Amino acid sequence: MRNWRHQGWNAGKLSGIKSGVNLPPIILNWFAARGWQPRRHQLEMLEAAGAGQHALLVAATGAGKTLAGFLPSLHDLIANPTDGLHTLYISPLKALATDVRRNLLIPIEEMGLPIRVEARTGDTPSDRKARQRVKPPHILLTTPESLSLLLSREDSVHMFATLKRVIVDEVHAFANSKRGDLLSLSLARLQTLAPDMQRVALSATVADPDDYRAWLAPHGDMEQVRLVAGDAAAEPDLTILLPEGRVPWAGHSGHHAIPQLIDEIGRNKITLIFCNTRFLAEFIFQKLWDANEAKFPIGIHHGSLSVEARRKVEGAMAEGKLRALVCTASLDLGVDWGNVDCVIQMGAPKGSSRLLQRIGRSNHRMDEPSKAILVPGNRFEYLEAQAAFDAVAEGVRDGETFRPGSYDVLAQHVMGIACAGPFDESALLAEVQSALPYSAIDAATFARVIAFIATGGYALKAYDRFKKLVKNPDGLWRLSHPQFAAQHRFNAGIIVDAPMLEIRFRNGRKLGKVEEAFAATLSPGNCFTFAGMALEVESIKDLDLIVRAATKPATNIPSYMGARLPLTTHLAGRVRQMLTDRPGWARFPDDVREWLEMQAYRSQMPKAGQLLVETFPHDKRHYMVAYPFEGWNAHQSLGMLITRRMESRGLMPMGFVASDYALGVWSLKPITDPRPLFSADILADEFVDWVESSYLLKRAFREVAVISGLVERQHPGKRKTGRQVTFSTDLIYDVLRKYEPDHLLLEAAWADARARLTDVGRLGDLLDRAADTMLHVDLQRVSPLAVPLLVMIGRESVAQGSVDDALLMEAETLAGVAMTP
Amino acid sequence: MAYEFEFGGQTFEIAGEAALYWRAQNALLVSDLHLEKASAFALYGQMLPPYDSVATLQDIAALCSKYSPASIISLGDNFHDDDGELRLAEGAAELLGNLARATEWIWITGNHDRAVSGIWGGKALDELTLSGITLRHEAKAGDPHPEISGHFHPKFRQILRGRMVKRRCFVKTPRKMIMPAFGALTGGLDVQDAAIIKACDLCDGEGVEALVATQSGCARFALNAAGAFAK
Repeated sequence: MRNWRHQGWNAGKLSGIKSGVNLPPIILNWFAARGWQPRRHQLEMLEAAGAGQHALLVAATGAGKTLAGFLPSLHDLIANPTDGLHTLYISPLKALATDVRRNLLIPIEEMGLPIRVEARTGDTPSDRKARQRVKPPHILLTTPESLSLLLSREDSVHMFATLKRVIVDEVHAFANSKRGDLLSLSLARLQTLAPDMQRVALSATVADPDDYRAWLAPHGDMEQVRLVAGDAAAEPDLTILLPEGRVPWAGHSGHHAIPQLIDEIGRNKITLIFCNTRFLAEFIFQKLWDANEAKFPIGIHHGSLSVEARRKVEGAMAEGKLRALVCTASLDLGVDWGNVDCVIQMGAPKGSSRLLQRIGRSNHRMDEPSKAILVPGNRFEYLEAQAAFDAVAEGVRDGETFRPGSYDVLAQHVMGIACAGPFDESALLAEVQSALPYSAIDAATFARVIAFIATGGYALKAYDRFKKLVKNPDGLWRLSHPQFAAQHRFNAGIIVDAPMLEIRFRNGRKLGKVEEAFAATLSPGNCFTFAGMALEVESIKDLDLIVRAATKPATNIPSYMGARLPLTTHLAGRVRQMLTDRPGWARFPDDVREWLEMQAYRSQMPKAGQLLVETFPHDKRHYMVAYPFEGWNAHQSLGMLITRRMESRGLMPMGFVASDYALGVWSLKPITDPRPLFSADILADEFVDWVESSYLLKRAFREVAVISGLVERQHPGKRKTGRQVTFSTDLIYDVLRKYEPDHLLLEAAWADARARLTDVGRLGDLLDRAADTMLHVDLQRVSPLAVPLLVMIGRESVAQGSVDDALLMEAETLAGVAMTP
Repeated sequence: MAYEFEFGGQTFEIAGEAALYWRAQNALLVSDLHLEKASAFALYGQMLPPYDSVATLQDIAALCSKYSPASIISLGDNFHDDDGELRLAEGAAELLGNLARATEWIWITGNHDRAVSGIWGGKALDELTLSGITLRHEAKAGDPHPEISGHFHPKFRQILRGRMVKRRCFVKTPRKMIMPAFGALTGGLDVQDAAIIKACDLCDGEGVEALVATQSGCARFALNAAGAFAK
């Protein structure tokens, strides 16, 4: 039986199960025929269903979560056979929806149940989609986006009227995101269409399950959601690998450990090698192949590979044809391959929850430990790896702060509802408020959202003639023209990619995508590495990058924006703590311990709660290095602000560099007192000013403009023709900012920038602390702690000042110098 | 600091980011205003901010206060579509009326708005030749005389020190000058694009120069006949 690994289903013990649930013989016999028992949490899920409760199941991978979710549906469908849609299963991944279908169909077939199961995603053929709406299956497997589109159909009222249960899988992975916002609104809608519908969510272990109970519950009332906990999985077998016993000063890749990685691949059946960025995955993959004398079959998988390429490598994994797979967050979730027996994390783990999720990808057996290896790339990353190691040993996850729902997602949802039929404003508001992320939306804000959809919501009432939504005499809002429904369905969705070019061979075979910004650096004849292949650019046509196999080796690897995983506050706190705990250094490798001891001797080690700032001259410049441990985003923002401030004070800053741990600035004049540079009022005006003119807000605006439906989505490969040429959302942003700065979408973009791009909260905390906690040490030369940061200079791009103009002039000067005979 | 250059035996100054001031003619040259582009999209349900015409015309008004030109010559694609002129909102219409009264406003007609009627002022012409320089919307292949045109919306786009810098730019050859789009919502085409290089109608050995306005003057970048920046 292929793809048939449900070790989790059978592990329950006969004794100790107390349950008021009487499973129908057909299910009991099926379990018995395999020599299996329903597990405790599976029975508890049945109990919750029987009692009419919503439920959240929190369990480790391999615990038989999926079956626990479906068992009550099978039970009910056997006891009360009906026509029509009974259960909706929602997965964040298309592939998962297809995979679960396979694994659900087998038991249904073996029990001989007349239950129809179908999947519906963006890849489902349109004739099947149409049929599903007329004659829905009993169980429909889908994604948040596809569900939202279904709800925009007029017949959704009938289709969902029979719905009894909705199962949200992997809820921890997306509840607290815009996709979570969208699903939360869809759940509220479904509850209106099917008032008795039970909500069920399946989650990996999370720091605080109550956050997710509240998210799942109508009106955020978590008491309505029964918490079912799975059995604890075996402790993972975790090690930190030190290449040749040394920890490098710099780098993130951990590539010094390549020979040991090859040994590990040889030692295990199948090894998953996680990298934090797509760039790094390509790099490590190349290094592995260079060292792969044993010719192990090794594959690569990341989110920018074409669907075809990903399916191919997933297929090879499923068939056991690979010994190792280099991958990124694209495999944090996904199809279970079962036979993975070792997980390797390259570079720092960045968070304990993410690390645990990745560890869980190996060895899906509850009773055997998962094997995982951490490969830190530098000394700070070693500390971070050690912190993650401790967190995993203690079973502590990263906490999460849930953000309020985004306006752009709300606009998309309301437009979808309007496509389904006329709606009453206050009734829809009440429904929307029952979704926790939107519980604080008031009538005035909701009216703004509706006005935005109808006419753009501008103070200048220029578009009243072109209204998309109009109010009927009976007071209901309706679409003014059916074409807008088609337009909505074409553009709806939550994921907004950076402008991308498709990489393909001349014969049309697609390899994947690179960002426009990277493509702009290429011209015909240039070579780069992608999907593990050396490629040469043949030509660039519109949105296609035509390539052929390169005849010379390529060193250039595409990088992608926004690829950086943020360091969690939890891990950052642990690393800070480790620095102050001097006796604890004894367990570190010699070079790490000596590094910290030398720092304590030559400079100082910050005490708990202190912000260490060092100043020193080096190579004819003056340096200031601060160690806030607040993550790259916060440090990057702070670097921009501080250099601007230094400029206005005549300190002549020349640049800065940021890591997850520290920020370094260098200037022509020395900084004698860093305190005024860190004062909290920097956030009041300079910050706002800077963010508004920076690319951060423009990028956020682009996303909200697409999600909210203000501008049409660019579908890759489908270039628009004629009048519908594309235009830059940057220009719209500039006009809007000048003429209507209070517009709903600018507010939404700000909320995004605040929550996700700049970690303003962390920055604010840091600056509030700085005045009282700063420990300033003036040194004669560079300190040991500063070295890992300073060696990054020149590798990371540094730009500051009134940047674009300066860069243009510099580029012109260079060209001038180079071109002078 | 003003940046001046010679073209076709005349002196031009780069005005703002995307206009030219022709001192000898006391004329301000702009191109591809695409007025009422936002409302053209609103017709089809994309409610772009209805401020693009006002924004564009205010930018022209600001240049007028600086240069006090006797005439304003707009090199085509003045309105985004044929009906744009009729849709012009109140504030923008008033602004345009004022400008057209204060100067001699000339609409060179473009491919987007062949029917410009000048209801708010100004007169429409297919093309215009002043001091031996022809002003038209789209560059004409094989014309050996100096010519200034628009149509292509050239844009400079390069990664400088890891940062993507995108700016409207002028394209200049010994005989042809292509202006950037002036309109607030008009996007651009990479100056390296084959369509732009072809429009330059290069003779043997000739190259192209991209002129990018900066606050302190102008940055100039040489492109070869294949459209690649000289490295």
